[in-house]
Amino acid sequence: MNIFDKFDKLVQAGQKLEQEFGAFFQVVMDEILSSTEAVINGKKVILAGTNNYLGLSMDPECIEAACQATRQNGTGTTGSRMANGTFSGHVQLEEALSNFLGCSNTIVFTTGYGANLAVLSSLAGPGDIALLDADCHASIYDGCRMGGAEMFRFKHNNMEDLEKRLSRLQKRKTNILIIIEGLYSMLGDRACIREIVELKEKYGAYLLVDEAHSLGVLGENGRGLAEEAGVSDKVDFITGTFSKSLGATGGFCSSNHQQLEILRYASRPYIFTASPSPSNIASARKALEIIATRPELRTRLWQNTNALYDRLSSLKLNLGPEPTPIIPVRFTDPHEALRVWKGLLAKGVYVNMVLPPATPDGSAFLRCSMSASHTPEQVSTIGDAFEALTSE
Amino acid sequence: MGEEREVLGKIIQILKPMVPEDTEITPETDLATDLSIDSLKSMEILAQIEDTFDISIPINVLAEVRTVEDLATQIKKLI
Repeated sequence: MNIFDKFDKLVQAGQKLEQEFGAFFQVVMDEILSSTEAVINGKKVILAGTNNYLGLSMDPECIEAACQATRQNGTGTTGSRMANGTFSGHVQLEEALSNFLGCSNTIVFTTGYGANLAVLSSLAGPGDIALLDADCHASIYDGCRMGGAEMFRFKHNNMEDLEKRLSRLQKRKTNILIIIEGLYSMLGDRACIREIVELKEKYGAYLLVDEAHSLGVLGENGRGLAEEAGVSDKVDFITGTFSKSLGATGGFCSSNHQQLEILRYASRPYIFTASPSPSNIASARKALEIIATRPELRTRLWQNTNALYDRLSSLKLNLGPEPTPIIPVRFTDPHEALRVWKGLLAKGVYVNMVLPPATPDGSAFLRCSMSASHTPEQVSTIGDAFEALTSE
Repeated sequence: MGEEREVLGKIIQILKPMVPEDTEITPETDLATDLSIDSLKSMEILAQIEDTFDISIPINVLAEVRTVEDLATQIKKLI
């Protein structure tokens, strides 16, 4: 028996997946032409599945900020925040995020996954209860597991189920941390945050909102779902990523609990990781400035979102429950999803394909994500391609 | 022993409507491979078990659950 034998089942599943769906897993972006176009297999395609909601990964100001920071401070920090890895840029970005979100404290992390892992593994410890929406991201599950809190799921956006659980768990007389996402990455729907805040208050729980997909997308100022719903002051912790609207790599946690700072000493994923590179920090900071000063980006994002959602709805496709920049087209047969995905690529449109068991309901999704940078013509091309492939 | 049998019996009653009619469910039945219980079904099953016994089942304990009997053992600890 060798050390890899335990992966036998996974290897078989992987081989089957490669045989049937290899075309998707083997996609390589040969060249990025803009935030909405790339070359794949020698062919120019429209990118409609990259979560680059504001198109800032290719924004000239963000690129210039990254280049300047690299020239000034180098390609990497070569150390953790605890040691030699705290540069002035990290501190400035933490202040900028706190100001932007109206919070007293912020900690930045090297990835969005790392942010949830670092925060939850230290915040929700043994004896605490983590109560998470079933559709939460893997980083949330992994962080809670690592921390040793008892984990309970409530049915996705189901307030009756959440209250039933809170009512049972409150008898334990311990800390309960409810964890939700601003926009759920699979179905693209919002959390029922107002109702959740009411329940959190009623049962004396804490609330963490992962605004990974909603930062820069929702709210009058792009602060996320909590801002849009008018409950920012009721949210205890906000986590998020730099890898969506901010077009970089990294993550953060912001809070009005000043004790958040203790995580710098308590959180192993924070302590034992090299800090984010100067280029990522600089471009994320510039992107945050852009989000705050160019609301027209959000306007364009939502125009594109509504245009594509309406077009796909008119084709009677099975979409996510509400129009948001994440638009999943759902198929009961994964092979039908693959046929359409291949057809879209042949017609010059790239979208994500999500297969079970990653999907919440066993179906397969072609997940489109819209960007402020898509032109109306590109949105039409995406719609035309879906129409040609699904009305055959 | 009687209590364990009672827990097992109630779990089997909850599982029965979730699987094809002619499926035999024994304490040794593997929940994933024999009953093909996916994540959605498992949430529904756990919710019914929680309501039946008025308990909260942490998902941490499910890592140790493979068979119907394993599930009953964990439930018994929570009652």
